[in-house]
Amino acid sequence: MSMPFGYVSPEQEMRDKADFARKGIARGRSVVVLQYENGILFVAPNASRALHKISEIYDRIGFAAVGKYNEFESLRLGGIRYADINGYTYDRSDVTARGLANLYAQSLGMVFTESRKPYEVEIVVAEVGDAPEEDQIYRLTFDGSVADEHGFVVMGGVAEAVAGRLKDRIRDAMPLTDALDAALAALTEPGGERPPVSQLEVAVLDRNREHRKFQRLAGPRLERLIATGADDAPETAAPDVSGALSGPPGESPATAPDGDIDDGSGA
Amino acid sequence: MAAQRDWMNHLFLDTGSTSFTEFVRSYAPGLLPGRFESLATPVTDQIPHATTIVAATFAGGVVMAGDRRATAGNYISQKDMEKVFRTDDYSCMGIAGTASTGIEMARVYQVELEHYEKREGRELSVEGKANRLANMVRGNLPMAMQGMVVVPLFAAYDDNRDAGRIFSYDVGGGPYEQSGYASIGSGSLFARGALKKLYRENAPLEDIVLSCVHALYDAADDDSATGGPDVSRKIWPLISVITDEGYRRLSDEEVEGYVRQVLDLRMADPDGPTAPLR
Repeated sequence: MSMPFGYVSPEQEMRDKADFARKGIARGRSVVVLQYENGILFVAPNASRALHKISEIYDRIGFAAVGKYNEFESLRLGGIRYADINGYTYDRSDVTARGLANLYAQSLGMVFTESRKPYEVEIVVAEVGDAPEEDQIYRLTFDGSVADEHGFVVMGGVAEAVAGRLKDRIRDAMPLTDALDAALAALTEPGGERPPVSQLEVAVLDRNREHRKFQRLAGPRLERLIATGADDAPETAAPDVSGALSGPPGESPATAPDGDIDDGSGA
Repeated sequence: MAAQRDWMNHLFLDTGSTSFTEFVRSYAPGLLPGRFESLATPVTDQIPHATTIVAATFAGGVVMAGDRRATAGNYISQKDMEKVFRTDDYSCMGIAGTASTGIEMARVYQVELEHYEKREGRELSVEGKANRLANMVRGNLPMAMQGMVVVPLFAAYDDNRDAGRIFSYDVGGGPYEQSGYASIGSGSLFARGALKKLYRENAPLEDIVLSCVHALYDAADDDSATGGPDVSRKIWPLISVITDEGYRRLSDEEVEGYVRQVLDLRMADPDGPTAPLR
């Protein structure tokens, strides 16, 4: 029996799909997710104010993605539905990042094997715990493989170079300002200029917040946090937006419940 | 597993609308409140009922307060029930009527608001929130006709006006925006009478909280289904405050302070403060 014309071996097909997906993911800018003393920090250079790369999924769960927007947006929306329906059916505490990561893994894996084109995305699902040891960060790649990460994740763009720079700068239980500074330094090429605040998408999962732990950091507040980090003065709390509440001196600024609540209107 | 597979495909391919309720209706309609089309016998007296809720605006926000009693006929089924719910950072709702349906309605409404906010990256407008709740109340109309009436009271802080707003409903829906103050539940007539005399526009928070506690006291005074402050068990009314800083439920200690003031005054004058005639 002769090979039919146009035959592609399964190995070759998978390799081609994987190469295709990797190329797509490497085109964008990197996104950094890292632990800091009060939770998990997400930093993404993003020129668009409307198209988010970082999002809230549920009380303790955040989402970050790189790659094709329409693809990871549909994953994000599906994740929100999964979380909301489970939280409503059972209890809010029954929605976990592990369950969500499994769902994403199934879906990504299925798309990778069954469709002609794999998703050109890489995503992180992170859950903040009551203590740093309970934080969970899952990284999911285009083929549905899941990695349980500790400390930090860099994905998209020149991920390896950024991860290398980040590794030298992070330590355990960094204050928010230091963590932000480390992330921005890692995202900037040596000798390059840091992205302006208006082109940064930054959010935290802050374990000290009530109800929903996710909070976007933007505008003047983000500027102050970055300035404090760059001054290398980790022990000073950043000035508070409302002046209503700040932690005892020597603690990093609490990210809740005093600050701006981002309503997405881009103000 | 097969069923879950179908749902998962559906989950990512058909991203649907921003409404959580619509999604639940298509995915698992049994989870929604108000699913019984008809009941064999009226159950009104056997199912616990929640009673009086009051709300009033103050300078820069709105207060909502509720008593803690649930009754089933002449039986007090719960002494420390909570019937004022935080629905998001800037809004809350109180329920009167069938307790179980009301609690479920509050839960699904909470998710509804949050679902929209997470999907769209912005909060619904205050009117949008109020209309959405009207729709859910209307959905409960068949149940209400069977005696399982639930009526909410909705209060929110409106960013654009820097003021609190109150919306009331009837069994058919609504919303009806109320200016100043509003009350719902079996003791609402007495509470409304009290608020009518005690409410002052743009009064400071403390005055309005005190007025609400007085109104609840008057409701408990004349309505058997409304619970007064339980001094021996330290069960106080539930009081929520919404301002530009968001939703806050007053701590038991804070509420106790207000209740003690009211009790002290009522020891001397059981009918409470009198409004000046001229």
